[in-house]
Parts: sequence; C-alpha cells; structure tokens
Amino acid sequence: MNTILKMAWRNIWRNKRRTILMMFSILIAIVLSLFTRSMQKGTYANMIDNVVKLSTGYIQIHKKGYWDNKSINETFVETTKLRRLLAGDKNLTLTIPRLESFALTSSGKRTKGAVIIGTDPELEDSLNHYSKKIIRGKYFKSGDKAVLVSDKLAEFLQLGVGDTLVLIGQGYHGITAAGKYPIKGIFHFPIPQLDNQLIIMPLEESQYFYAAPNRITSISLMLNNPGNMDKTITMLREKLGADYEVMPWQEMNREMVQAIESDNVGGIIMLAILYMVIGFGVFGTVMMMTMERRKEFAIMIAVGMKKTKLLTMVVWETIFIGVVAILAGLLITYPMLLYLFYHPIPLTGDLASYMIAFGAEPILPFSLNPDIFIIQTISVIIISIIAVIYPLSVLLRFDVLKAMRS
Amino acid sequence: MSIITTKNLEKIYNESIVPVHAINNISLSFEKGEFTAIVGPSGCGKTTLLNLLGGLDKPTSGEVFIDGINLTEFSSNKIINFRLRNIGFVFQAYNLIPVLTAKENVEFIMELQGIPKQKREERVVHLLEQVGLKERMNNRPGELSGGQQQRVAVARALASKPKFVLADEPTANLDSTSTGNLLDIMLKLNEMENTTFIFATHDSRVMKRARRIITLDDGKVVQDENIKQNMKKQVNPADEN
Repeated sequence: MNTILKMAWRNIWRNKRRTILMMFSILIAIVLSLFTRSMQKGTYANMIDNVVKLSTGYIQIHKKGYWDNKSINETFVETTKLRRLLAGDKNLTLTIPRLESFALTSSGKRTKGAVIIGTDPELEDSLNHYSKKIIRGKYFKSGDKAVLVSDKLAEFLQLGVGDTLVLIGQGYHGITAAGKYPIKGIFHFPIPQLDNQLIIMPLEESQYFYAAPNRITSISLMLNNPGNMDKTITMLREKLGADYEVMPWQEMNREMVQAIESDNVGGIIMLAILYMVIGFGVFGTVMMMTMERRKEFAIMIAVGMKKTKLLTMVVWETIFIGVVAILAGLLITYPMLLYLFYHPIPLTGDLASYMIAFGAEPILPFSLNPDIFIIQTISVIIISIIAVIYPLSVLLRFDVLKAMRS
Repeated sequence: MSIITTKNLEKIYNESIVPVHAINNISLSFEKGEFTAIVGPSGCGKTTLLNLLGGLDKPTSGEVFIDGINLTEFSSNKIINFRLRNIGFVFQAYNLIPVLTAKENVEFIMELQGIPKQKREERVVHLLEQVGLKERMNNRPGELSGGQQQRVAVARALASKPKFVLADEPTANLDSTSTGNLLDIMLKLNEMENTTFIFATHDSRVMKRARRIITLDDGKVVQDENIKQNMKKQVNPADEN
C-alpha cells in the first residue's frame, strides 16, 4: 500500500502543469462554493436569528387556537404549574411571557396602528438587549408606567423622550383599552418593518391596559441546544395537553422557511452545475492520465500487479489532486470568510428591500458553520471519485497485450 | 524434469477475417537452468510464443504447462498472481516504473508478493549488487543509461525468485558494451541461482552465448539445437570478449 501511495503521489507530479491546472479548477470551485454557501447560510442564520430572538423564540406556547386567531381574547394565565414545568426542563435557557396585541397610537393629528408588546423588561433585555438599542432616553424596568417606542414610529408621530403617547384599542372581552403613556426611551429595531410600529411596555402595564390581568398571549422559549428542539416540543405537548399549542419557530414563520428552502434549492442547483463542469474537467484529465499510461499499466500487470491495485493507485491519484486542491481552497477561503463573518457586507437598494421583506437586516452575513466546509469537501471528493469511475472501468477491461504494443 | 512444456500450441490472429497463424502447432519443453534463445525473422512468432509461455496471451488451441500446471486453464486474475510468483519479465524498452527509483522498482515486485520489509531490503541490495548498480539504487530510471535500466529490469525480473525469466529482445536498444555486460550478468545469475532464461532475440551476441537455440519460421519450430560449445564460453565468458 505504501508504494501504491508513493507512486500515486509521484505520478500526479509527472505533468506538473496539467496537475496544477486541474487543482486550480477544483480550487476555484471550492472557493466559489464556500463563498456562496457561507453567504447563503449566513443570511438564513441571520434571518432565523432575527426571527427567533426578536420575535418568536425557538418555541412558543399559546392558548390552543391563538396562532390562527390572534386576538386578545385568546390569552391564557401563566400558572405556577406551567412555570414549574418550564423551570424543570434543562434545555430551556429563557422563558419570556408576552402579551401582544394591536392598538392605535396617536400624537397630535397623527395616528398609526402599532404592535404593542407587553413583556418583562429584565428578561426581554437579557435576550434582545433592548437597552443597547436605546438611541434616546433610557430603558425601562418592571413597574414603570412608561413605554419604549421604536425609532421610525416616534419619527412618524413626531415624538421624543418625555412626550406622551395616546393608545386606544380593544381590550380583553371587548373592553375598550385606552391609556396615556410617557415615552421613556426610543430604540432602533433592526427589522425596519417592526421599527415602524413597535411599542414595548412592561408586562403588568400591558395587562392593565388591555384589562387582562395575569393573562399572556405567549411564552417564548429560548433553548440551550436548538438541535433538541423537537424533543422539548414533544415533552411540552405531552405535559401541557390539548388546551395549549406548542409551536416551533418554523411553524410560526412558514413564509420565511419556504423562502429559505427555495433559495437554498436554487443555491444547490447552481453549485451542482458548477460541480458538474468541474467534474467533467476532472474526468477529462484523469481519462488522459489513464490512457497515456496504458503501456505502463500493462507492464505493471504483466509483472504481477493486480488490476485492483492499479485501480487503487489511480483512485489515490485523483484523491490526492482533490485533497490538495481542497486544502488550498480552504486555506484561501477560510480567512476571508472569517473576516466577513465579523464584518458582514452592508446592503443597499433592491437587495436591501428584499432582505427587509423577509424580516432580516439588510446585510450580507457569512456563516462559518463547519457543515459548509465538510459538505463542500465531501462533494469534491465524491465528484472526483465519480469522475474516475469511467477511467477505472477502461482499466478493468483493457487488453494488456494491446496496451504493451502501443 | 521440464519446467515448461507446450503441447500443440497454436495462436491464430484475425480468426474470422484473414487468419494468421502466429504460432503453428508448437510442442516444446524447457529444462530448469536453461539459457535459451528463440530466434527467427521478424514476424516469425518469437514474441507471441514468449507471451504464451508467460500467460500474457491465451493460445487458440494447445496447452502450456509450468511445473505440470496447465496455464491455459487459469482465469486472468489467477494468472496475474501466478506470474508474480513464478515468472520474471525483461522487456525490450526496459519498462521500469518511471516514478520509482531503481531500488523501489526491484522492491515493488517483492512488496506485491507480500515479502516483509527487511527481507526485501536485503534482497534488493543483493540483486542490485549482482547487476552492478548498488551505487545507483536511489536513481530513477530517467537518471540511468539504457544499459543500466535494463540491468535494473533484470534485477526486477529476478526479485520474485521466479522459476524462469522471459526476455523479449532485451538487448535490442543497447550498445555492444552494455549488451556484453548484461549477458554476463544474466549468465552469472543463471549459474548462481539456476534461473531459467528464455530470450526472444535477433541479436547474434545473445545467440552466441545461448546454450540452446530454437529457430522459428512462420510460427513453426524449424530448428532446435543445443550448443555444447557455448557451455565452455559460459564457464569463462571473458574469453569471448
């Protein structure tokens, strides 16, 4: 085996220029595929992260039917039993009870529909770091009778810190919800769609405003290990029974999941085309390398080398070329991706609008998920092996005597 | 006892179009330790006969027995293994593996046989010493002259301790000095290790040193002579030069 490996390695350098060209084409494929996949995965991760952290969490618990009919009447009480159940699950890192509804907000002659989120200021801040998003004023705390208003909404209503905001809406069981709240802080929300219409207030205050004491619309759950999400959901569904619905983030964001899936498939098709082109290049070179050495192979067989060993040698040659190209590709790409991971590219124009439409920040983030590197590496190795199948079949069938005479 | 026996050996090319009798009903036997030259004009069937004896080609009819084993009944995989352990080859164009050094070329055959590293090393050094190339063992074929490459090829052929060595025009590409050296080495190995050598050759220098000459014409044996005078020359090959 040792000599087979030695021969394979030395063989690939017999025609240095051709080998380097072939390696270069694989390297280009690796660089392109890693960039594309890292960008795609980074964008998806960013979209998911935004949605999970800023909106739904990994899992949400609602009253049965709330998701299809988001009404203030479809609320539930966070009982001690429920709290104990959630506290007992080690996969849950954070549980945030929220009361979410709509209201009209007004200041002077300006009125706009707004999303009101009543939440626990401390818990919410530990997840979303709203206190760091405050651009004017201060973050609030439990017991405050004040609100935080998103940047664009405050701009529309022409309000500043300390000004009063009027809210009017429908409370629990048809009661009119109305209130006046001073603005304690103005924050910038990274999703422009929500930055236009978001008001946050302490949970108790929102329950008072909507006349829904102790009631909440959802409990958002953050997970220690998102990979175990299904297990946690199954456990919660079993223990909570039929009065509640336990939903993963994918169910609550179907449009986004579909958009990601279709974009992902598009990306994979593009990569498949790229790999096919590279595959034919590899095939051509391996075929040439095999055909031009037929006499040499025939001699090896004549002196007693089994065809299987010969095939092993040719496979190793291809693997060596692939592996060297892959390593070079990784060495070139990884530092670039590492930089882009920490410094995502800001987007403008239509592309930015597209990202915003899907609820993501208008940036091009990059992912360093090891899966990307592993999958691309395995793909190139598989393509190399596929490309070598036909030359191998030629070797299996070739006529030793004819080849010796050639 | 005969080491190789052929019975009514026939090889016909283009059987269905214009049949060419490359080998026509040849029955021969070769004894252990022979130093035989198969001679004849171009196209007389020398190489074809060698290929049949080495199991590189299958006869149209007839049989080849090596130590009583019928070679013509072997599958192609089995015959490769048989060749590895029983037959050494020396080719006209040397045909060493270009990416391996002289030492690695010789050692490679033994590695294929599964001989342990230490034993391989010892035999490689011994063989390269025998062919006078111990000092060049780490050179690749491209760094050796034609004569040196052919001597490595002889060492390679003997590495597996074969029952016999088939050499197809081994001196065709060599000058007279290299040819003389090569023949000296092969005769020495023939005597020392009692290895059977069978040559296909045009070269009169080889014929002069052979103990038996089989002459072919149109695929038939037209003469088979044992040359006793050559026995003397083998004892003291320097006399010839």
